[in-house]
Parts: sequence; C-alpha cells; structure tokens
Amino acid sequence: MTRMTSLSATQRFHAYANPTRFMALSGVLLAPLWAVTLLLIGAGLWFALVASPPDYQQGDTVRIMYVHVPSAWLAMFGYSIMAVASAVALIFRHPLADLCAKSAAPIGASFTFLALVTGSLWGQPMWGTWWEWDARLTSVLILFFLYLGYIALWATIEEPTRAARAAAVLALVGAVNIPIIRYSVVWWNTLHQPASVFRMDGPTIAPSMLLPLMLMALGFTLFFVTLLLVRMRAEILRRRVRALRLAQAASGAEG
Amino acid sequence: MRRAFLALLLRDLRLAARLGGGGGMAVFFFLVVVAIVPLGIGPDKALLSLIAPGMLWVALLLAALLTLDRLFQADFEDGSLDLLSMGALPLELVAVAKALGHWLTTGLPLVVVAPVLGLLLNLPVASFPALLLAMLAGTPALSFLGAIGAALTVGVRRGGLLASLLVLPFYIPVLIFGVGAAEAASAGFEGDAGVQSLLFLGAVTLGSFVLGPVGAAAALRANLR
Repeated sequence: MTRMTSLSATQRFHAYANPTRFMALSGVLLAPLWAVTLLLIGAGLWFALVASPPDYQQGDTVRIMYVHVPSAWLAMFGYSIMAVASAVALIFRHPLADLCAKSAAPIGASFTFLALVTGSLWGQPMWGTWWEWDARLTSVLILFFLYLGYIALWATIEEPTRAARAAAVLALVGAVNIPIIRYSVVWWNTLHQPASVFRMDGPTIAPSMLLPLMLMALGFTLFFVTLLLVRMRAEILRRRVRALRLAQAASGAEG
Repeated sequence: MRRAFLALLLRDLRLAARLGGGGGMAVFFFLVVVAIVPLGIGPDKALLSLIAPGMLWVALLLAALLTLDRLFQADFEDGSLDLLSMGALPLELVAVAKALGHWLTTGLPLVVVAPVLGLLLNLPVASFPALLLAMLAGTPALSFLGAIGAALTVGVRRGGLLASLLVLPFYIPVLIFGVGAAEAASAGFEGDAGVQSLLFLGAVTLGSFVLGPVGAAAALRANLR
C-alpha cells in the first residue's frame, strides 16, 4: 500500500500518499480542527437561534434554514469530493483517494438525509405539505439514492481493491449523470406543475441572517472535513488490523 | 475486429433464441405488471388512460431491470468473459456488443408488445405512434446504461438486486422524457413539448452509447482482475 510509483505527477502529491505520514499529519490537525469546528457551529447556533431576528413573513421557522441550507450544500460538496477522489484513485492509483471517497460517502449521505428531513419540516408550516415534488426536493432525493447505491456497492463486494475500483467507476458515472438527471427533473417539474413555483431564496437575505448562515456553512464544512479525517484514520487502522490478522492466520497455519 | 464483434453479437442472439427464458420472461413480466395495475387502482377507464403512458414506461423499466444480470453474469461464471477480455476486441466493444444484443432480445420485444398493453390500459390509439417512437428511441439507453450496473455487480452474490438499485437513478431521465413524449401525444396537442422530449430522449440515448460501454468496460476491468 505504501508503494510509491514513478508515475507520480509530483513528488509532493505522493509524499502524502503514504498512510503513515497521513496518520501523523492528520493526528496533529485533528484537535485544532475540532476546536475551530465547535467554535464556529457554537457561534453560528447562537446567532441563528438567539441573536438573529425572526423573519417578518416566516417567523421563527426561518431558523430551520441555518441547518437546512448548509446541509444541502454539503450534500453536493460530499458528492463532489467523492467524485474527485474517485477520479484521482482511478487515474493515479493514489492509495488514500480510495479511502477518502469511501469515507466521504456516509457523511455526504447523512447531510443529504438531514437536508431532506429539515426541508420536510420546513415545508410543513411554509407550504402546508411535508413533501412537494418540487424539482429541487426530487433531485436531492435522487442524490440520496446515488449515495446509498455507492455505499451498498462498497458493502457488497468483499475484496477491498476490487470494491474500490468498482465504486470509483460508479461515482464517476454518477457524476456525469447528475447534471442530466437534474435537468430532466427540472424539465419534468415545469411540464407537470407550472403553477406552483416555490422559491426558497425569495427576497434577498438580510445581513443579520447572512452572518449566522455563513458561520453555520463554514462550521458544517469544517465538521465535514474533520469527520472525513476521523473516518479515514479509522479506515487505515481497520486495514492494518486486517493485514495483521491475515498475517497471524497465515503464520498460524504454517506453525 | 468487425468479425469478432459480429461473432459475439450473433452468439448472444443465438444463445437468447435457443435458451429462452430471457426476453420472453421480460415480456411476460411486463404483461403481468400492466395487468395488475387496473386490479390495484380500479377499472375506471378515464383514469387508466390518463396514467397509461407513465404506467407503461414504469413497467417497461422494471422488466428491463430484471434481465440485466443476464448481460455478463453467465459469461463471467463459465469463464468466457475472461476469454473475451483477452481477445482481439477491446472490452468497450465487447460491452457494446453485449448491450446491443440485450436490446435486440429484450428491449425490442418489450416495445413490440407495448401497444397491446396500451389497449389494456385504454390508451388512445392515436397516441400509439408517439409512444412507440419514444420507446424505440429510449429503450437502447436502458440496455447501455444497464450494462454499467451489470458490469459493476458481475461476480457479486445477489448482484441482480444491487444492479437494479444502482441503475434505477440513471434511468430517471429516460423515464421522464419518454413519458413526456407519450403524454404530449395522448393529450393531443401537436406541440413543442412532445417533439422536445423526443429529442431529449434521443440525446440521452446517444449519450448512453458513449457512457455505457466506457463505464461498463472500466467496471469489468475492476472486477476481472
């Protein structure tokens, strides 16, 4: 796994491909990352729940936005990370890229789920319905399915290297398809219900709301990155344990 | 290379014709699903003709999904896929031949019986040409995109169900534009919407001709090592 090929684009790129070096670096980074994440989300929550005014139309329900919008953003951010990492894994055989894609998937899926749930909770008082087959909701739901399919593929194929390559192909095919699916859903939506035009953004957002939103968005993003590092570290350790067990089993069989 | 391609395609067609069970079963499944719909929602003719295009497309998607595991699974099990991967034909072209064979043996029969099932759902006869045209334009995409899912799950136990889950999101554009074309025709307006969705459907199919074989070949390489 730590093999360094001479095909590398740059030396630096492959220097961090070494899992041991990654473990050392990420181990140093984790504590400050957690601190900044908690600080940002804490401040964001305070501004969002206490210090910002209720919306003049939506009242206090507007506060759902401070969780909903960053989640929806990270839902897409997560898939982009997965797609880029998969491409790097397929092209450069970067050993950490596989781990990164695999670790990003459940986090991205969780944020997608969170976006769907908060959207539904927000929709009930605003639109009077838990679920609207709106173009945006529908495409986020489909994104959630893509995440689940990706996770299911990883879980089904037993051999890790095979699973990694198959999952990378799936992530890239999904990345090519997402714009097409998104476009077709928008087209379908306008064809079927041209009357009901819901707009989430509405009037331009007030600065008192923009501040908590930005804080929360930044905090959520850092939360994502921190969790990603934690999951990647866990995955590396899991593979080391697996390798040790296999070695143990092999030596046991000889002796 | 062309001879190898034709030989592979003919082999698949011959296998499908002699073994049976593939395309015929899909057609039978299509028939049963469409026959179950009125039992579920009631025999109201107006309602049936309203939902007929959508129901026909959904049933067609499901029938096509069911046959996906036949694309590569048998060849993987008896080792001929390994042989094919070492042959003169690049894996991309192998995937093209396989997907084409799949379309000829399942997609095409499904399209042929669709009008009969349309009668069962009280679909206006006037909208049959548009429905058929849309299905002819759309079903190849089902085979070519489906090849990716089949290749990803080749050699996986219970791969058929997983392949369906992976592929279904990719089928959504085909479903939307296919139903769009058929509905525009059945609503009777000779307008832009029908032609537009037909053109989009064609675009999706043409795109799948590229994406499908390339993706399927990459997935096969990952699984065959």
